[in-house]
Amino acid sequence: MSLTTIADGAVPQQNWLDKIGAGHFILGTALLLYPLLASDFFLTQIAGYSMIFGVLALSLMLLAGYGGMLSLAQITVAGIAAYAVAILGSNNSNVLGFGWPWWIAVPFAVAAAAVSSALIGWISVRTEGIYTLMITLAIATATFYFAQQNYAIFNGHSGYAGIHAPVFWGIDWRDPKPFYYLCLGLAMLSYAAVLYGSRSTFGMTLQAIRDNPRRMGALGYHVTAHKVFAWFLAGILAGLAGVLLVWFNGRVSPGTIGVDVAIDILIIAVIGGLRHPIGPFVGAIVVILMQTFAIDIVGAERFNTLIGLVFLAIVFVSPDGILGLWGRIKPHLAQESLRAGP
Amino acid sequence: MSILDQPSSSSLSGGGVTSRQAWGLVGLLAAAIVAWLVFAIWPAWLNAILISKKAFVSAILNGLTLAGLYFLVASGFTLIFGLMRNINLAHGSLYLLGAYIGYEVTSRTGYWLLGVAAGFTVLAIIGVIMQVFVFRRLEGDDLRQTLVTIGISIVAADMMLAVWAGGTYQIATPEWLDGALTLPIITAVRSNGASVFLTYPLYRVVVLAAAIVIGVGLWLMLNKTRVGMMIRAGVDDRAMLSASGVNVHAVFAIVFAVGAGLAGFAGVVGGSALSVAPGEDVRYLLASLVVVIVGGMGSITGAAIGALLIGLAEQIGLVYFPTYGVVLTFVIMVVTLAVRPQGIMGKAR
Repeated sequence: MSLTTIADGAVPQQNWLDKIGAGHFILGTALLLYPLLASDFFLTQIAGYSMIFGVLALSLMLLAGYGGMLSLAQITVAGIAAYAVAILGSNNSNVLGFGWPWWIAVPFAVAAAAVSSALIGWISVRTEGIYTLMITLAIATATFYFAQQNYAIFNGHSGYAGIHAPVFWGIDWRDPKPFYYLCLGLAMLSYAAVLYGSRSTFGMTLQAIRDNPRRMGALGYHVTAHKVFAWFLAGILAGLAGVLLVWFNGRVSPGTIGVDVAIDILIIAVIGGLRHPIGPFVGAIVVILMQTFAIDIVGAERFNTLIGLVFLAIVFVSPDGILGLWGRIKPHLAQESLRAGP
Repeated sequence: MSILDQPSSSSLSGGGVTSRQAWGLVGLLAAAIVAWLVFAIWPAWLNAILISKKAFVSAILNGLTLAGLYFLVASGFTLIFGLMRNINLAHGSLYLLGAYIGYEVTSRTGYWLLGVAAGFTVLAIIGVIMQVFVFRRLEGDDLRQTLVTIGISIVAADMMLAVWAGGTYQIATPEWLDGALTLPIITAVRSNGASVFLTYPLYRVVVLAAAIVIGVGLWLMLNKTRVGMMIRAGVDDRAMLSASGVNVHAVFAIVFAVGAGLAGFAGVVGGSALSVAPGEDVRYLLASLVVVIVGGMGSITGAAIGALLIGLAEQIGLVYFPTYGVVLTFVIMVVTLAVRPQGIMGKAR
């Protein structure tokens, strides 16, 4: 610990650009200026949607990458937030709908998501590794069937429709440009938060627990509490993404939290890479682009075969996803550039 | 009463009863209550609480049948998990593929038994192919093996949708399995004094019997044969088994063939009792997951106990709290995890 502080102190004056990193700065600027070029379709259906799923996959990356807990229940957590927004706010399905203003409903929805995520975590951290995947899949599937059968709370098969994004400061936040900036804001915030959190004391402890829970337990750290808190944090991210998702779709139904979507999130995270928080966003863009344009190549029906095969290829070729692929190619490129001439 | 009051820890002191005896007593008591519920003529107040005796006994019988089906699917799942430490999330797809193959063979040839045999054989071959070409390449990397099965299940579900479309199929059962069986269980007494006996579809009784026979067969194979000995040794310590000169890959291939074949067999049998449609793969995957989590990973006895609990819970839930049936299953899983994270028959690792 002291070594790093000395190293940090050795750099006399670090300007703000170095601190953020030039890559981040360029990427951020490009994303801020993106609406100037893009059409409404590319703004919401591609970019906005990718960022929502990116944040969802980021919440999985937080658990899997730093905590070693592979969860398939992230969409379930997001779905809880989405359903909470529909129930606490207003919808036109004539079931429940308390009509609370958005600034009360949203914090409650996110809190509900975070608490249920912590509960799911508390159940699943009783076992380890591959079992977590199994238990969270069982939870996700059970929640899906429950939402489908229950009419009192979840309004059964049809779910809730007619949920509107808030209108304030004279802006309808579901319009393409405001919604894009809303998604971008959330994506940037959560990305920065995860990046910062991974270097914080808690993040370091979590990674140490991932690597050797027994040793950390012997050192006096409460292993279960740290893991459950990681689930809570992931729940906040997934909950926020769920709120944006329900505003984006305007509706929420059991199909939103289906097993196929749960697996999609895992695919996004794995395709992107679980080593760095940028991975989920890369994966989300790739998958959403494929989802949108694969129709022209293989037809709408066989899209799942394509994505399944791409997923299989990634798992076989590069366990760390596209990021891992890039990490493997980069040294070769660097060597190429070092060689003088042909 | 005084026997039950004794704390179970007194087993060490020599006096009193051991916890095992106490549990046996509880089990006997429960069995006696169930037997009374099934065979006695119910008084009116009981009918008032539990709707009717017919509904109750039917729910239990349906639960047992479903448990048989779940056991067939989950036993393969748990065997594969126990030996190879990977979760075959394509197991539901194997079930559904078996059902479709059974449907095709039965409807083309007209012989149901041929369909059942085809379901088992084709899926067993597919299982070996999966083991040789997919899992052997990723050996020692459990997470990647599991991820690969997710990819396979996605592609398989989509390909099956392409071939058989979204319709619902029913596999025709042969005539000798049709009809109903009159069971020696009196559901009610008519006003003229005649007893009404419960009738139950013969086919479902056969499914249950088949599950029991296969369960006993699996148990015998695992505990009395040389191959079974190798499999059990592999479950306990894979590296040591390999070191003692056993061809581990052959054992893996056998386990995968049996596991996948059983899933295919269950697909045909289940597709005849219920129906075959897209989405069934996820349903049976969930069932196997919960059964194995509750019963304990890698244990055939555990799979049987888990299947019994989940099958009964699902059917009883369907009758008594229709919309919360899934929650009952879920509660069983959570309680098991809270009390015994490794499952009822699972070994602590």
